[in-house]
Amino acid sequence: MNQQEGYADEIVKGFIISSMVWGFVAVLLGVVISLQISFPQLNIPPYLSYGRLRPIHTNAGIFGWGIGSFMAFFIYITQRLAKNRLWSTGLARFQLWLFNAVIALAAVTLLLGMNRSKEYAELEWPVALLVVVLWVIFSVNIIMTIVKRREEQMYVSLWYVLATLVGVAILYLVNNAAIPISLTKSYSAFAGANDANVQWWYGHNAVALVLTTPPLAIFYYFLPKTTGVPIYSHRMSVIAFWSLIFMYLWTGAHHLLWAPVPDWVQTVAMGFSVMLIAPSWASVFNGYYSMNGQWHQMQQNYLAKFLIFGITFYGIQTLQGPAQAIRTFSAFIHFTDWVPGHVHMGALGWVSLVLFAAIYYTIPKLYNTEIYSIPLANLHFWLAVAGQMIFSVSMWIAGVQQASMLNATNPDGSLHYSFIETMVELYPYWYIRAGGGVIYLASLIVFIYNIAKTISAGKAQTAQPLTQRA
Amino acid sequence: MIEKKPIIFLLLATATILVGTVVTMVAPFKWINDPKLAIASVTPYTPLQLEGRDIYIREGCNNCHTQTVRPLLSDTERYGEYSKSGEFAYDQPFLWGSRRNGPDLARIGGKYPDAWHVKHMKDPQAMVPRSNMPSYQFLTQPLDTRHTERKMKALKFPYTQADLDALAGKSELDAMVAYMQKLGNDIPWRKAGRSEVLGEMDNPFQDNMAVLPEAKELYLQHCAQCHGKDLKGDVGPSLEDLDQPDIDLFRIIYSGSPDTGMPAYGDSLGKERIWKLVTYVKSMHRR
Repeated sequence: MNQQEGYADEIVKGFIISSMVWGFVAVLLGVVISLQISFPQLNIPPYLSYGRLRPIHTNAGIFGWGIGSFMAFFIYITQRLAKNRLWSTGLARFQLWLFNAVIALAAVTLLLGMNRSKEYAELEWPVALLVVVLWVIFSVNIIMTIVKRREEQMYVSLWYVLATLVGVAILYLVNNAAIPISLTKSYSAFAGANDANVQWWYGHNAVALVLTTPPLAIFYYFLPKTTGVPIYSHRMSVIAFWSLIFMYLWTGAHHLLWAPVPDWVQTVAMGFSVMLIAPSWASVFNGYYSMNGQWHQMQQNYLAKFLIFGITFYGIQTLQGPAQAIRTFSAFIHFTDWVPGHVHMGALGWVSLVLFAAIYYTIPKLYNTEIYSIPLANLHFWLAVAGQMIFSVSMWIAGVQQASMLNATNPDGSLHYSFIETMVELYPYWYIRAGGGVIYLASLIVFIYNIAKTISAGKAQTAQPLTQRA
Repeated sequence: MIEKKPIIFLLLATATILVGTVVTMVAPFKWINDPKLAIASVTPYTPLQLEGRDIYIREGCNNCHTQTVRPLLSDTERYGEYSKSGEFAYDQPFLWGSRRNGPDLARIGGKYPDAWHVKHMKDPQAMVPRSNMPSYQFLTQPLDTRHTERKMKALKFPYTQADLDALAGKSELDAMVAYMQKLGNDIPWRKAGRSEVLGEMDNPFQDNMAVLPEAKELYLQHCAQCHGKDLKGDVGPSLEDLDQPDIDLFRIIYSGSPDTGMPAYGDSLGKERIWKLVTYVKSMHRR
């Protein structure tokens, strides 16, 4: 597990640092747009308006922070589980360069209003093509490394890695099918309800194959690494894996309940969404049971705390999600602030906490040093959890309140509130949400400071003897 | 065991992912946009409307506004007839959205006159106090029509040279308003679904001065944007000299007057509040 194997760890470092930068941008923009919702005069059109900034916030979060760090850890994990160096370091170096260029290009083009409008597939076709190139380079490199591995058995993490590589490719290619008009404008290849159904098949499975399988790969690798205990049940992880990647793909239309897509597509989506509780919770239990007899580590090992809180948020997320996928509940909370509350528990709680743990674990290893400050890491943890909970809980309450007001009727059957009357009641919740975002941003500043200090200490140590490369 | 054979594993995982994909994403193409579900009165966008739609996309309006009315009371009473899949046959991409920071726009077409949209787009708070919509004053800039013809061809929408010539001198705001007025207006729901008030009815609040403070609040919230705070008129006509019978005023507020741009308030406000508004307007006249 150290540097002598010739692992392509310089690339891993590059991806970790890049993804941290984009993650900071994503949360910063999140705070900005949450303030724009609260105070419309903070919109500075044309470029700095909510409508243009929100896609940059989601893209920087999902692709910059999410995919960037998954690339880092897929490369890190795969080499170690394959007991072999990366198939091509040169290709990976190009991939790192291309990744940052693509995310920067995405931010600039979205700011200029070049936007396909399909959520999480907003990038215009030339940028989307670069994303495809990026993904192919990445996939080939990882798959070849696995094929040429020196360890016969593939550990659970590698299954999730492989599923991610192929799944994202299918999703992205289909939903980005477009009719180009010019370099900066295209139309979707699909129309109306078809386009909606394709979009939410994509949208929901981006949650599956970008925001679930990669963090699970990372969780399954880093939980044993950081706690020193093996995963509780191999069989349970086998069942969870196959049923998860089977069932997820059926559930996209739960984003379209009550919309004009065929009823049976909605009903199937609803049923599979509820069934998804089983494979999701199999992973949660696998995490919990692995901690049997080791729960004291929650107090003593700060990394266990990040990982177990992360998988707990995943557990809550995968109960709340299926509940929202039921028609009656969807009728109530869909289109309200409840949904951003749900999404951010997954993004800020589950995915980010697992990634924080992985970064805290690997950065000292990669730089041959210790973490700069565990108290600061603990501060980071509590600020992050507090910020996220303030965000999610305030949005859940806001969603329920607005939904109740929208549904309220008078004795004569007319509506009790106009839309704007329900909306103005949300302002206090939006101020609270912005406060939660600021706390989360503060947690990231602590995190980045801690990692930067660790890296500079590592560099100083290795610079002195001048014998070894970091 | 397949955990030792990565290529077979990869193929199996792909097959697993494709099952749900084929059933729920590929197969529905057979049902959705089926010619049998087509609605004859739904027409493609004109060049001006299409350019407006592209500005809607460019500005990310779909981040706050949905375009689907669900078959649920709180949606249909508030926005109008629920959305049909045939209405979206020309929408590439679809713009149903996922979050209502603002109201749904699927039935906005024909609800307000053009002048309302222009004023609202430039200064939303002037029309809807405490709205959090940003100002889109800058849309008064000239419309870029370099790609319009190519767009119409790519989407196979019919157009004439006269349509394209008519774009000269139009602003982005003109295009946006044209798009707004098209939305949801292709099926004749406003006329078909219009609730008519039949027979004679008496105003239960006639000469009841006690309801005036509440009625004034209702007026300021729902009517003042167009008819002015002092009833002197603005986008809509002045209401100062109304001497129609109460029931006639009630009918206009309840069912609207699509030809003049007066929206119908029957479903959203209900009878009682509309009688209060009638009482308020008449009380101002009597002074």
